[in-house]
Amino acid sequence: MKIKTNFSFAAVATLALSALVALTAVTVANAADRVKVGFVYLTTPGDHGWTYAHEVARLDVEKHFGKKVETTFVENVPEGPDSARVIRELAKQGNDIIFTTSFGYMDHTIKVAKEFPNVKFEHITGYKRSPNVATGNIRFYEGRYVQGVVAGLMTKSNKIGYLASFPIPEVIQGINAFGIGLRSVNPKAEVSVIWVNSWYDPVKEADAAKVHIAEGADILAQHTDSPAMLQTAEKAGVHGFGQSSDMKAFAPKAQLFSSVNNWGPYYIAKIQQMMDGKWSTGDGPDHWAGNTWVGMADDYLVLSPFENMPEDVAKAAAQAAADIKSGKNKIFTGPIKDNSGTVRVPAGKTLNDGELFTTLDYYVEGIKGKIPG
Amino acid sequence: MEALILTVLLTSVPLIFAATGELVAERSGVLNLGVEGMMLMGAVSAFAATSIFGNPYMGILAGALAGAMTAAVFSLFALGLATNQVATGLALTIFGSGLSGLVGAPYVGGTVDGLPNLAIPILVDVPIIGNLLFNHDIMAYLSIGVLMLVAWFLNRTRAGLVLRAVGNSHDSAHALGYRVLLVRFGAVSFGGLMAGLGGAYLPLMLTPHWSEGMTAGRGWIALALVVFASWIPSRILIGALLFGGITIMQLAGQARGWTVPSQMLSMLPYIATIIVLVLIARNRDFALANSPACLGRLFISNK
Repeated sequence: MKIKTNFSFAAVATLALSALVALTAVTVANAADRVKVGFVYLTTPGDHGWTYAHEVARLDVEKHFGKKVETTFVENVPEGPDSARVIRELAKQGNDIIFTTSFGYMDHTIKVAKEFPNVKFEHITGYKRSPNVATGNIRFYEGRYVQGVVAGLMTKSNKIGYLASFPIPEVIQGINAFGIGLRSVNPKAEVSVIWVNSWYDPVKEADAAKVHIAEGADILAQHTDSPAMLQTAEKAGVHGFGQSSDMKAFAPKAQLFSSVNNWGPYYIAKIQQMMDGKWSTGDGPDHWAGNTWVGMADDYLVLSPFENMPEDVAKAAAQAAADIKSGKNKIFTGPIKDNSGTVRVPAGKTLNDGELFTTLDYYVEGIKGKIPG
Repeated sequence: MEALILTVLLTSVPLIFAATGELVAERSGVLNLGVEGMMLMGAVSAFAATSIFGNPYMGILAGALAGAMTAAVFSLFALGLATNQVATGLALTIFGSGLSGLVGAPYVGGTVDGLPNLAIPILVDVPIIGNLLFNHDIMAYLSIGVLMLVAWFLNRTRAGLVLRAVGNSHDSAHALGYRVLLVRFGAVSFGGLMAGLGGAYLPLMLTPHWSEGMTAGRGWIALALVVFASWIPSRILIGALLFGGITIMQLAGQARGWTVPSQMLSMLPYIATIIVLVLIARNRDFALANSPACLGRLFISNK
C-alpha cells in the first residue's frame, strides 16, 4: 500500500515536473521571438470614446509589429484597488510591457511595478513615475483651445455648457484652455461647468446636458466619454464637441468636431524602444507629464473635420489649430486672469509643463464657479 | 424653466414605475430588495430588444417581461422555498447586476432610437401646462395611469382587499381560504414587471445607451420611496417628483455656479432619503398606519 502511494506520488511529481519544464521551454521560446504587451482598459472598448481610442491603438500595434508582439487586454477594470490585482495578474502572465490606460490606475501601477522590476509599465495621463514606470499623455488641452474658439464664434446666447468628470490636472487644463480660446474671440461668453463625477455615465451625462440646455447653453463641450451629451444636443437642436474619438455618427447635425486621441504612434514607439533595449522613463521625476507628452504637432491629437459651422468659423478654427501646431500659440501664455480678475500669469510668461500640473488651481476668466475640492 | 421642469418629470418616471410595483409587493407582505437588479434586467432587455427589432415598443415589452421573470426567481426562493426575504432580495440585486452586465456586454457603446413623444391633441395647446403635461412618450402617461389604477385596485376592489389582507395577516387570510402564496406571487411578479418598465425607461427615453449598472441606485431610491409614501400610492407621485427634482437640482446648481462641492450635491438624493426616513420614524402611528403587518414575514402553510 505504502509503496503504491509513493509510486503514484512519484509518477505525479515526474509528470508535473516535466510539464513545468515543457511550459518553461514554451515560455522561453515565446519570449525569444515575441514581446508580450498588456493593456488595462477602464471600460469595454465599444465603438467610441476613451477606451475605444486605446483599442484602435492596440490594433495599430498588432498591425505594425505583426507576429513580433502578442497583445492582451483586460476591460472594465475599475479605478480602485481592484486594478492592482489586474495589473499584477498581467505581469505574472509574462507581459513584458503593460499599458495602464486611465488616470486612476496611477498609484496601483506604481505599487505593482515595485513587485516586478523586470516588467516595464506605461501609465497613461498620470504624473507619478518610478524606475520601471514611465508615463504617457496627449496634450488634450490643445484641442480644447480650438473648441473654445469655435464655441465663442458660434454661440448666440453666450452661454456654454461643459461636462467635466473629475477635478484632476488634465481636466482643469482642458477647461482653462477652452476658456482661453473662448475669450480670445468672444469677451462676453461664459462657461458653466457641471461635474458628473464619472468618466462614463450616459444617464447622468444626458441629464447634465439637458440641464445645460435648459439653462440657455447653445454650445456643449464634454470631458466625459459617452456620446449621450451630443445625442441630447442633436435632439435639442444645439451644437457640441465630441471626445476621444469621432462621434459624428451619433450626432451628424450637432457635432462641430471631435478631438480624436491617436495613441498608436506612442505605443509603437515605446514597444520599439523596449525591443531595442532603449526603453527609459525619460527625464527624471521632475518632468511632470512624462517622457511622452505631445499633441497636435505630432498628430497624437487629431481634430475631426470642422462641420455644421459657417465657413469663416471653420477657417478661424483651422488657423487656431495651425498656430498651435507651429508653436506660435502656446495657449497658457500671460496675461492670464482667473475668474475673479486677479492676474495669475503675467504678460510674456508661458507656463511650463510642470506648472501646468501644479499651478492651475483656479478657473480662468470666462469660466463660472469654483473648482470643487 | 419649462425645460428644467420637463427634465425633472422625465427623471421621475422610472421611480414611479419601480416604486409603484414595489408598493404592491409590499402591501401583499413581501419585501423584495431586488428592485435594483430587476430594473437593470429590464434596462438591458429593453435596450437589446430595441436594437434587435428596431422598435422601442418591443423594448418596453421586453423590459417588462425581463423584470417579471427576474421577480419569478425571487418568488421561487422567497415564496416557494420560504427563504429569508431580505437576503434573497439582496442576492437578486447582485444577480441582476451581474447578469445584466453579461447579457449587455455586446451592446455597450451601441445606440438606439428612443420613444417618440405623443402629444395629446388640444390639451397640448393649453398655455403653460400644455407642453409640460401633455407632450410625453407613452411610458410617461402609462406610469401615471398605472399608479392611479393601483390606487383604485388596492382601495376599491375586492381583489385589492384580499391582497391587503394577505399582507396584514397571512394566517387569517389563509384560514379564510385565500391562497396566500398565489396572491403574493402575483404581487411580486407585478412588482418585477413594473421595475422592469422603470429600468426600460432609462435606455429608451433618458439616454439611448446601455451601460453596466446604469440604474445607479434608482432601485434603492424606489424602495425608500415606498416607505416615504407610507405605502399610499398617491404619495409615490409626490415622492418621485421630489427625488427627481433633487437629482436635477444638483446639476442645475452646478450649472448656476453654486459654490457647494459637487460631491455634496450628488449626495443630496440619498441624504433626502435618510432625512425622510428619520422624519417618518418620529411619528410611527402615522407612518405605519398602512404598513403591512406581515411585511417580510415568512408564510409556511400547514397543509
